[in-house]
Amino acid sequence: MDTPAAPTLEVRRFVEHVMGMPISLALRGPGAYSSAARTAWTAVRAELTEVDRVFSTYRSDSYVSRLARGEIELADCPVEVVEVLGLGRRAEAESDGAFSIMLPDGAGGRRLDPSGVVKGWAVQRASRHLAAVPDTDFCLSAGGDMVCRVVAPDRPAWRIGIEDPRDPSRVLAVVPVRTAAVATSGTAQRGEHLLDPRTGGVAQGPASVTVVAPDLTWADIDATAAYVLGERAVDWLGSRPLTSALVVWSDGSTNTVDGRRRRGPHGSEPKDHPTVVPNSVPIK
Amino acid sequence: MRRIVLWLASTVTIVVLLFGYHTSRNQTEAATAPTASAPSTSSSSPGSGGSTGSGSGSGSGGSGSDESGATPSPSPSNSSSDSSDSKSNDTSASGTYTGSVAQTRWGPVQVEITVAGSKITKVDVVQYPDGNHRDEEINAYAIPTLVQETLSQQSAAIDMVSGATVTSDGYVQSLQSALDKAGI
Repeated sequence: MDTPAAPTLEVRRFVEHVMGMPISLALRGPGAYSSAARTAWTAVRAELTEVDRVFSTYRSDSYVSRLARGEIELADCPVEVVEVLGLGRRAEAESDGAFSIMLPDGAGGRRLDPSGVVKGWAVQRASRHLAAVPDTDFCLSAGGDMVCRVVAPDRPAWRIGIEDPRDPSRVLAVVPVRTAAVATSGTAQRGEHLLDPRTGGVAQGPASVTVVAPDLTWADIDATAAYVLGERAVDWLGSRPLTSALVVWSDGSTNTVDGRRRRGPHGSEPKDHPTVVPNSVPIK
Repeated sequence: MRRIVLWLASTVTIVVLLFGYHTSRNQTEAATAPTASAPSTSSSSPGSGGSTGSGSGSGSGGSGSDESGATPSPSPSNSSSDSSDSKSNDTSASGTYTGSVAQTRWGPVQVEITVAGSKITKVDVVQYPDGNHRDEEINAYAIPTLVQETLSQQSAAIDMVSGATVTSDGYVQSLQSALDKAGI
């Protein structure tokens, strides 16, 4: 079937649809064609499917749906539900309410919807199966949000293209990523709107916000929060630890947030032209 | 083709994994108890019991093929009649309930939910790890660099595309789809 003696940096790819999203996997390194890699990929998909069964708000029989309807209580849910609700509440506090798991229900009330936490958290968590494959780099993407890992220092970074929100067939920027996560929020693909939990109205966000951070749980949360924060997005992202970002505005202008200035002066100013990028490869 | 064979092999693993999942979960659940008095939820036991039964079915259906997991079906009619059973259980009281402690990689997390009229109206954190909740890793400093090339020039030089959430419906036309095809 597969030739075991593949060149070291050949990228092996898989794609499956889980949770209504395409899950793309790229592998490289000596273990990319191993049975361990295939087993890990199977484990990733199984785990994401299970997460969907527990958390999906599209499934009326998920734990979260039943919890939200008051049919079961917290103690009846898998302990992961507690973890996700805790993350959501924390995110709300850190984003001044721009991120919330209690979303406006359209009738003046609020409904429990932790979906904004679940995707990034679940993919980050599932990626541990891939991290256990010996000597293998991976990039695991769920609908455009991804976890990357490069094991050996002599291998190049993964090159992540950032979609142009005004023309999704184009890449607007490239970011070299070794071991980190990349998440993008925007409405280009969906033609729908993100709600601002503070007002219940439609968030007046930038065209897109891309966040690079150590962990997809927070990269995804921060991308969503920054989008909802709108004009404050760049300042707020500049206050986030270990976070780089690209904010694209509807007129095509962009701001880059440099994560090396961890907690810079309050609301660190945006930079349009980043300087030296550690471990970067030249742009062709 | 080849995928079918692999799918069969995968299904076995999925079942095993799901059992593993439930085992660890139940252990954690048993470790702590809710601190608030529970509204009577007779539906909860059949709920968790039923999940074991439907677990393997959902696992193989969800990730077995390119198509079946594609749509987030608004009405998940398959498996588990638990929810319809428990709908008749309207006895949930209003009040505040504290859940068990979840041991996360950032530390212990405990939350409290407020219920009014059978609906959750508030979630609060009782316990959350102090300090930096992010794993300090080295490469988060990489910064996006604007590029000007055309699509055809770019595609050869990128490994993955980050964009506003691509659904299974929108995937076919996506740049990521082209990348995935190139590698299969």
